[in-house]
Amino acid sequence: MSEIAAPRTSASEPDRTLIQRLRDNDLFASFLASKVTVAAGIVTLVLFLAALFAPWVAPTDPFNPATNYLSDSLDPPSFVAGGDPRFLLGTDDQGRDMLSAILYGLRVSLAIGFLSVALGAAIGVSLGLIAGYSGGWIDSAIMRIADVQLTFPAILTALLLDGVAHALLKPTSRDESAFAVLVLAIGLSFWVQYARTVRASTMVEKSRDYVLAARLIGLSHARILFTHILPNVMGPVMVIATINLALAIITEATLSFLGVGLPPTEPSLGTLIRIGQNYLFSGEWWIVAFPSLTLAALVLAVNLLGDWLRDALNPRLR
Amino acid sequence: MTGPLLSVRALRVEFATRKGPLTALDGVSFDIGRGEVLGVVGESGAGKSLTGLAIIGLLDPPGRIAGGEIRLEGERIDNLPPARMRDIRGGRIGVIFQDPLTSLNPLMRIGDQLAETIQAHKAIGRRQAREQALAWLREVGIPSPEKRIDGYPHEFSGGMRQRVVIALALCAEPKLVIADEPTTALDVSVQAQIIALIKNLTRRHRAAVMLITHDMGVIAETADRVAVMYAGRIAEIGEVRELIRDPLHPYTQGLMAAIPTLDIRADRLAQIPGAMPRLSAIPRGCAFAPRCPQVFERCAERPPLIAVGDRGAACWLHESAPAAADARN
Amino acid sequence: MKSADAIVEVRGLSRTFDVSAPWVSRLINREPRRTLTAVDALDFAIYRGETFGLVGESGSGKSTLARMVVGLIEPSRGRVIIDGVNLAETRDRAARRAVRRRMQMIFQDPFASLNPRWRAGRIIAEPIRAFGAQDPGASGRGKRAVVARVEELLGLVGLDPADARKFPHEFSGGQRQRIAIARAIAAHPDFIVCDEPTSALDVSIQAQILNLMRDLQQRLGLTYLLITHNLAVVRFMATRVGVMYLGRLIEIGETDALFARPRHPYTRMLLDAVPDLTMSGRPRIAIGGEPPNPIDPPPGCPFHPRCPQAIAICKSERPLFRDNVACHLAAADGSRT
Repeated sequence: MSEIAAPRTSASEPDRTLIQRLRDNDLFASFLASKVTVAAGIVTLVLFLAALFAPWVAPTDPFNPATNYLSDSLDPPSFVAGGDPRFLLGTDDQGRDMLSAILYGLRVSLAIGFLSVALGAAIGVSLGLIAGYSGGWIDSAIMRIADVQLTFPAILTALLLDGVAHALLKPTSRDESAFAVLVLAIGLSFWVQYARTVRASTMVEKSRDYVLAARLIGLSHARILFTHILPNVMGPVMVIATINLALAIITEATLSFLGVGLPPTEPSLGTLIRIGQNYLFSGEWWIVAFPSLTLAALVLAVNLLGDWLRDALNPRLR
Repeated sequence: MTGPLLSVRALRVEFATRKGPLTALDGVSFDIGRGEVLGVVGESGAGKSLTGLAIIGLLDPPGRIAGGEIRLEGERIDNLPPARMRDIRGGRIGVIFQDPLTSLNPLMRIGDQLAETIQAHKAIGRRQAREQALAWLREVGIPSPEKRIDGYPHEFSGGMRQRVVIALALCAEPKLVIADEPTTALDVSVQAQIIALIKNLTRRHRAAVMLITHDMGVIAETADRVAVMYAGRIAEIGEVRELIRDPLHPYTQGLMAAIPTLDIRADRLAQIPGAMPRLSAIPRGCAFAPRCPQVFERCAERPPLIAVGDRGAACWLHESAPAAADARN
Repeated sequence: MKSADAIVEVRGLSRTFDVSAPWVSRLINREPRRTLTAVDALDFAIYRGETFGLVGESGSGKSTLARMVVGLIEPSRGRVIIDGVNLAETRDRAARRAVRRRMQMIFQDPFASLNPRWRAGRIIAEPIRAFGAQDPGASGRGKRAVVARVEELLGLVGLDPADARKFPHEFSGGQRQRIAIARAIAAHPDFIVCDEPTSALDVSIQAQILNLMRDLQQRLGLTYLLITHNLAVVRFMATRVGVMYLGRLIEIGETDALFARPRHPYTRMLLDAVPDLTMSGRPRIAIGGEPPNPIDPPPGCPFHPRCPQAIAICKSERPLFRDNVACHLAAADGSRT
């Protein structure tokens, strides 16, 4: 009996605390190694938290008509001559506090960003898994659809879907459904990247021995796809999702800027920029400047994080 | 000029990691004489490939030579600038790697690759280089070399590709060839041919060979002397017949006993318990002590390579052996 | 040995792959369709409790054969019968499940045969859950029974029960192969196909794993189909040996007899090609040439271009597998060695 059980070849290591595990973790270490990445991370975190807690952080509720006084409209920022100390970043044409509007706008922008990325990833990863695993005509069909969609710029696709949705909906519900329509439009225009990457990874993984071992047991294809293969193809998906988040936010901002996104009653950063643009040449620069700066900071920070993640997860650079 | 062709003394290779330097090779010393075949055998992680890479200056950072010296025909080569090292590589030391697929440039015809290497190390013209390339293809046994000299690597089979790699290694007439697992990726029937080819060609061109492999059988057929490596150190070194018949180090003994043979059907293979320690967990003292059936108190201190006749074993069991000639010769 | 004792029967088994270029290029270049015959009309049986060794080099078709035996690939022709049931033709789900449970496979690469994202315990538990194979005598609730069985298996293969929590990359190659073995025996199979189980392991680890496999075979009454290119491993493990060349079985025999008196020239040369550790100085005839391309096999006997004893008939007529060997010469002199 002792012949079979070879001497214990593995000693159980003492459990390390979370701090110790974090310090040992290569990913975390590479994050800390780059000052730029840490800065980007902090900026993202701050903006994210500010957006999340906007209702509590914002000095006023800019969308409550009762608290907005037109008499306060077009006040410059408090640190500039003529500014009102109540409004740190000034007010817009409706008398809304810019800081609050930006915080709420950030909230909407981030919400749409995350949701559309989630939607695009869900569709793209599923289609990629199915295409890679099935092969044959299913694979060809999905990939041809993907190819066709890729020939159109994402903005155009989103515009198209947006327009179709608006045409189908009654004018009265247009504003209310703007949020959902945007998520749908942007999500549907970005699934292709995920599908292609996941398909390639799936094709590699499906011929590996551990998948064969699972097939040997007689598990269903769906079970193998989602329990065995999916966890192993998610790596690149995280990178794409992060970079996509920045893209989604910009796309939404563009659509809102063009007037087909969120309405002024529930503005995102893009909408605010559009409103502010009208006042740029009459001297009320703050209405366009601060939302633009916020948008730029957010997108830049998320992009930098995406870059770091891509390099950190690249096995060849390790 | 007397003295060994290659002399390695107390070679130390370290890898810089976040948690501090990791010693991958710890005090490796051996000589290779002119025209001799030294086998370097060991299991994965023992450091045999690293030794070869260190000698030819192909250690990638974060690895680096942290101590000791390497001398080729008396002059030091371990601290040379990359340009000088490039001259030596190919010209004075030829290399055969394990995977012929990645050793050859897939986009270059093999004739051109050969000619390019020849011209890099000899001052001759293109036509002459091409003629020499043709002669080499014939010598390594490529059938119809005139037709195949303009072929691309993917048009050759595995065994044929390895023959081309051998030609590449030898075409600049180096004095030393380092072959790192040259037959591991090949079929058994082809292995025998390639081993014979390496043996014959190096003898004919008077080149010494450092043959790195995990396959003891290949060593038995090909090598004059053999060094057994374990956990970044040399456990035993000596003439191949003696070492195989009568291994001195308990690790070598265990290794030989664990190899299944063709002749008799054993009931059980002798096994060494445990596994080779990871680089980050090499015990103090003798690295093999935790697995050694003959361990005793002395083993808490790391043994040097003790001379036993003209062999050497890094084991305290041989402490009182008569130290005759230098163990490294 | 009676046929009744056969746990695996392979009859006329063949598998061809279509390796033609895409039809557009074929049209343009006027190429015909090309097929690769990986396995060609194999006939053999594996008896209960034995270890059948299958030896061959690359292109011999042994891996394709292994996958057909366990049902991962469908045969183009012929049948594989596991204990009386033909998996490829059985549609009844319960019967299929019963057959699948009887057989398992151990793969060559211990790095690739375990899902890198799953913990060791979950990997071993998967067949237990799939087949409901936890010990019914153990404490009531299903989950605990599964955990108990996993710990028992880990102990059987020489690992620590605490290892169930670790991921594959935390283990060495030999330990990973132990996990693969634990997974293979988890649902109490009768028959295990071992595809080069130790080729990726060091010699001293190989000895541990082979010893383990033999011990488990005795304890659990297993039958092995051992596929390898390493003749010494076959010598140690197998009771009977089959030699494959280019998809065909060219010789079968009891291990001792085959190694002592090989009848087919390829077998003889394969044995000769193994480096001689004992350095007995035995005379060696090197095999010339290389394993041929399976897409374009030579006519007649596939080995004839490399065979030093080829006669006229070898070039034109394919030798039949008779009397456990497929060679014109062996048939011609009718020797019964």
